[in-house]
Amino acid sequence: MTAVLAALPVPTTTWYLVLAAMLFTIGAVGVMVRRNPLVMFMCIELMLNAVNLSFVSLARQLGDIGGQTTVLFVMVVAAAEVVVGLGIVVAVMRRRPNATADDLVELKG
Amino acid sequence: MDLVVFCCAAAMVLVGAVGVIVRNHPVHAALSLVLTLFGVAVLFIMQEAEFLAAVQVIVYSGAIVVLFLFVIMLLGVDKAENLQIEPIPVQRPLAIVVGGGLLAMLVTAVVQARDSVPTGVGAGIDLATQTGDSDSNIKQIATDLFGDRVFAFELLSVLLIVAVLGTVVLSRKPDKAGGPQ
Repeated sequence: MTAVLAALPVPTTTWYLVLAAMLFTIGAVGVMVRRNPLVMFMCIELMLNAVNLSFVSLARQLGDIGGQTTVLFVMVVAAAEVVVGLGIVVAVMRRRPNATADDLVELKG
Repeated sequence: MDLVVFCCAAAMVLVGAVGVIVRNHPVHAALSLVLTLFGVAVLFIMQEAEFLAAVQVIVYSGAIVVLFLFVIMLLGVDKAENLQIEPIPVQRPLAIVVGGGLLAMLVTAVVQARDSVPTGVGAGIDLATQTGDSDSNIKQIATDLFGDRVFAFELLSVLLIVAVLGTVVLSRKPDKAGGPQ
């Protein structure tokens, strides 16, 4: 059993990058398909995570810690983006409950 | 062994991500997002980025998803949304075509370039398994963050203050006295 496990191939950077590409695509399709603004935000988080994953993979491949530091920055910016975005969603929803992205095509009150 | 862990984590990531876009209930979508974020944290640990894995679990799965759930609860939008209704009929097939094209392009680029990415051109990452110091990852990130990138780090604190102030202003209830809302 241990010998079988040891003989399996070790995932390389390419595997991680392909997985990140799939995650990014799912997030992008979600933003294009869904209409609920909250779910659209979640799909943006998926895309940011895909980018973080490829940053970490390439940081390991290149031997540069800067990639991991950048991921830290991306996480903080994502948190700030979610906070402001959800503030806007709360402000909009208070005025028109159950608004979808289609109802907000014109930014009028 | 690595392959088994990678496959499990990849399955978590992809199942969660698909769950986010196909679940019609926003709470279920948020919980699927947690699955994806944990899968990404496992992949971070596999690449020996232990600090980022911890931050991923605390900030993303902890703070951001809880924020989503709070807003869902606060707005009372936790009703299942009917995904059968489609105001623009061509949108979904078009999105799938665009998504397939994007995926094909990205995967082709990654696979084509797999041998041309240089290895180890940077200063090197101290892996805990090699140095024997279990804190080596966090020490190296701290040296980089507070050394070369300290100015960006300070700007980040300004960004956070601005975001907090902006949210307070945005979500304040309109003033009863007729002041600026």
